[in-house]
Amino acid sequence: MTTPPENETLEIDPRTEDGANGRPPGTPGTPGTPGIPGSTDRAALRESAVDIEAPAASFTRTLNFTESWDYAPAPERAKVTIAPEYAHFINGEFTAPPSRKEARMRNINPANESVLCEVAIADKSAVNKAVAAARAAFPKWRRLDPRERAKYLYRIARRIQERARELAIVESMDGGKPIKESRDIDIPLVAQHFFYHAGWADKLRYAFPNRDPQPIGVCAQIIPWNFPLLMAAWKIAPAIACGNTVVLKPAETTPLTALRLAEILQECELPDGVVNIITGDGDTGALLSSHPDIDKLAFTGSTSVGKVLAKTAAEKNIPITLELGGKSAHIIFEDASVDQAVEGIIQGIYFNQGHVCCAGSRLFVQESIEREVVEKLRIRLASLRVGDPLDKNTDVGAINSRAQLDTINRYLKIGVDEGATRIEPSRNGLPSKGYWCRPCFLTGVQPSHTVAREEIFGPVLAVMNFRTPEEALLRANNTRYGLAAGIWTDKGSKIFEIAGRLEAGVIWCNTYNRFDAASPFGGYKESGFGREGGLQGLRAYVKFD
Amino acid sequence: MPSRLTVTKTYKLYIGGDFPRSESGRSLPVHDLDERVVAHIAHASRKDLRNAVVAARKAVPGWMARTGYNRGQIIYRMAEMLEGKADEFITALMLPGTHTKREARAEVEATVDRLVAFAGWTDKFSQVLGCHNPVAGPYYNFTVPEATGLVAAVAPDEPGLLALVSLIAPPLAAGNAIVAVSGNHHPIAASILGEVLATSDLPAGVVNILTGNRAELLPWISEHRDIDAVHAADLPDDEALTLRRGMSENIKRVRVREVGEDGWFDADLCTSPWWIEPFIEMKTIWHPAAT
Repeated sequence: MTTPPENETLEIDPRTEDGANGRPPGTPGTPGTPGIPGSTDRAALRESAVDIEAPAASFTRTLNFTESWDYAPAPERAKVTIAPEYAHFINGEFTAPPSRKEARMRNINPANESVLCEVAIADKSAVNKAVAAARAAFPKWRRLDPRERAKYLYRIARRIQERARELAIVESMDGGKPIKESRDIDIPLVAQHFFYHAGWADKLRYAFPNRDPQPIGVCAQIIPWNFPLLMAAWKIAPAIACGNTVVLKPAETTPLTALRLAEILQECELPDGVVNIITGDGDTGALLSSHPDIDKLAFTGSTSVGKVLAKTAAEKNIPITLELGGKSAHIIFEDASVDQAVEGIIQGIYFNQGHVCCAGSRLFVQESIEREVVEKLRIRLASLRVGDPLDKNTDVGAINSRAQLDTINRYLKIGVDEGATRIEPSRNGLPSKGYWCRPCFLTGVQPSHTVAREEIFGPVLAVMNFRTPEEALLRANNTRYGLAAGIWTDKGSKIFEIAGRLEAGVIWCNTYNRFDAASPFGGYKESGFGREGGLQGLRAYVKFD
Repeated sequence: MPSRLTVTKTYKLYIGGDFPRSESGRSLPVHDLDERVVAHIAHASRKDLRNAVVAARKAVPGWMARTGYNRGQIIYRMAEMLEGKADEFITALMLPGTHTKREARAEVEATVDRLVAFAGWTDKFSQVLGCHNPVAGPYYNFTVPEATGLVAAVAPDEPGLLALVSLIAPPLAAGNAIVAVSGNHHPIAASILGEVLATSDLPAGVVNILTGNRAELLPWISEHRDIDAVHAADLPDDEALTLRRGMSENIKRVRVREVGEDGWFDADLCTSPWWIEPFIEMKTIWHPAAT
C-alpha cells in the first residue's frame, strides 16, 4: 500500500470524500485526522478504524472514472433476427402464432422498453398437447440405447457452441444482462451442461452403485428469468440424459432463448416430443404443474411459489426438486486479502444486476476492517458501468422488468426507512428509457432489518459486521435460507471450520459465484432440495428402490 | 384373588433422555389376547411432540459434530443393548397376538442386525455419496454430505419394532437427531426401545420416542417448522398425504416409503446408503487453486 501500483496513481476522485479529504498520492493525511499517518500501513489503518470520525478515503487511492474518463460505446453489432410472433414448441414443431383473439404477451427489451415480439400464452389445450407429446415420446426415448441418447446431447452442445454469439445477444436483449456475461458465462455454461450430461447417459449405473436407475417419466419444468437459457439447460440436460421427456415453461419475461434452443433441438433431430417448450405466465405454470399426467416437477424460482408447487407435488404424490430463494452470507475475516475480497463481493452481489438466487446479498465484515472494506467497496462500485446490456463495457445491465424494478425500489425505501444508509457511488449517465437501478449498498443494517432478511433480487448489498468467527457463523446461519455462502480468509484451517459449519449448499472460499456443470448446485433449508449439476444432480431425474 | 398381584408397568415417553408421562396426563391401556389390561402406555399430545422437537433441536449440533467413528460405536452399542433385551422385546411383540414367538424372534434379530449395518455406515456414507468434482477451471471443488438436522421418523403398525428402528437408524447414522413416532400395534416395544437408547451412550435428545395415537400427531409433525425432514413408511394414504403436505410448510424433506411387510426383512434394500441419502444435504465447497 505504501507504493501504490502505477495504474492507481492517476487521479483522486474528490467525491469519494465529499470533496473534503481527497489528497494526491503520497501526501500526508489531512491534519487533524487522528490515527492516520501519511504512510498507509495496514496495522495503522485498522487502528484508525476504531475512530468512527476518521476519513475513510485514506485507505486507497482512486481513479476518477466519472469526469475525465468517458468510455466510447462498444456495442455488440452482430444482427440477430427476432420474429414478430412466437408460439410453442410441441412434438418437434413450432405451433402457429396465436391469432389476435388468443392470449399473447408482449416481450419487452428491458433496456429500452421496446417490444421485441409477441409470444403466446399457453392455455389448457396447449399444455395438454405438450404433456401428451412428452408422454407419447417417453417409451421410445427411455428404451433408446443410452449411447445413442448421449450422442443427441453431444450434438446439441456443439450446436449451442456454434450459435453462441446469437444466443448471447438474444439473451441480453430479452433479459437485460450485460453481453459480456451472457457471452462469457451463460452461454458457455449452457453448452458445457449438455456436453457434461451427454456423457452420463450411458453411465448412470456407475453413478448409483448397486442400484438400477430408471427414468421417472414426463418432467414438468418451470424456470426463472434471471438465467433464462442456462436454467433451461440445467433442467433439460439431466432430464433427457437420464431418459425422461420434458415440458419446459420458460419465464414470462424471457422466453426467447428457450425458443432458439427449440430450433437447435430441431436442427439436431432430437426425436419429436422428447422436449416440449411452452411459453406463458404464472397461469400456464399452474396448469402445467397441476397436470394429471406429469411424473415429476422441477422448479427454480421464489420460495413462495416453490411452496405452492410443493403442495401440488404432495397431493399428486410425485417427486419434486426445488431451487428457491436465498439470502447468502458473504463473510470477510480480517486476515483476508482485502482487495481480492472486495472484487469477490462485487462479483457476488452485482453480477447479473443481483438477479441471482445465490447472490452474496448479506456482507459480514470483521469489525477491525469494516471501514477499509466499506471504503474500497465504495470506490470499486463507482467504477461499475451501468447501461446498455449490448455494450461490451457494461458491467451492470438493465433490471429484468418494471415489476422487478418496483420490488427493488420498494426494498430500498424500506431499508432507508428502517435506518440503513444507502451508498450509491456509480455516476455514469443512464439511458432515458428502460429499467435501471444503480448498484448500491446499505450500511447501518441490523440483522432484524427487512433488507437483511428478505431476498431483494437486485443490485443491493446489506453490510453488517461481526467480531468473532462464532458471531459470524451465528449471524450467517440466522436465516430461513441456505443456498450459498462466501468466506474470505487466508487461513486454511479457518476456511474448513467455517465452511463446515455454514448451513448452505454451495460455499465459495476466496471466490464467489463460480458455476460448473460438474459442480452440484442447490440449497439447504428453505432454499430448496435436490441438486442441479454434477453427479448428485442426476438423482433428481432417476428412480430406484 | 391371586396370591400375588402382578406389578403392571406404565410405559412412558422418551424425551430428552428422560422418561416423562404425557404432559396431557393421557394414557392408553394395553390389553393381552384375553382382553386383560397388562400395561398402560403414554398417549403423546401435540405438546409432547413440541417438547421432543425442542430436545432434539438442542441435540443436533453435538450429534452432528461427533465423528462418524464415534456415532458408529454408539449405534453399535444400541445393537448390543437391544440384543440383551431380546426376550423382553419378543414378549412385547407377541402381546397383541400379531406375532408367533418365532416371528417375534426373527423381527428382533433383524432389528439388531439393522442397527449393526448402520453403525457401519456412519464413517462411510460420505465417501460413497460425496465426491470431488472436476470443474473446468483452477479450483479445488468437492461435495460432502451433511446431516439435514432434525428428522421425524413415523413408523407403520407392522413390523412395529423393525420398521421403527429401520426408519430411525439411517438419518441417525448421518448425524441427524430424531423424533420418532411409534406405530399403533406395538407401543410397548417402542417404549422398551427408549430404555435401550437411554443405556447406549446416546446423548440425551438425539432420539426421542413418542407413543399413543400416530394419526393424531401427524398434522403437528407436518406443520412443525422446526422439523427439517420426515422419514415414514407403509402408512395409510391419508396419513402419508398429511406428512407430504409438510413440504410446503417449510420445504421439509419428506420421504414416505412403500416397503411392504416382507420388504423390511430385505437387508439389501433397507441398509443401502440410499436410505441415508434423503436425510443429508450436499454441500459443495470451492476454493481457488493457485500460488
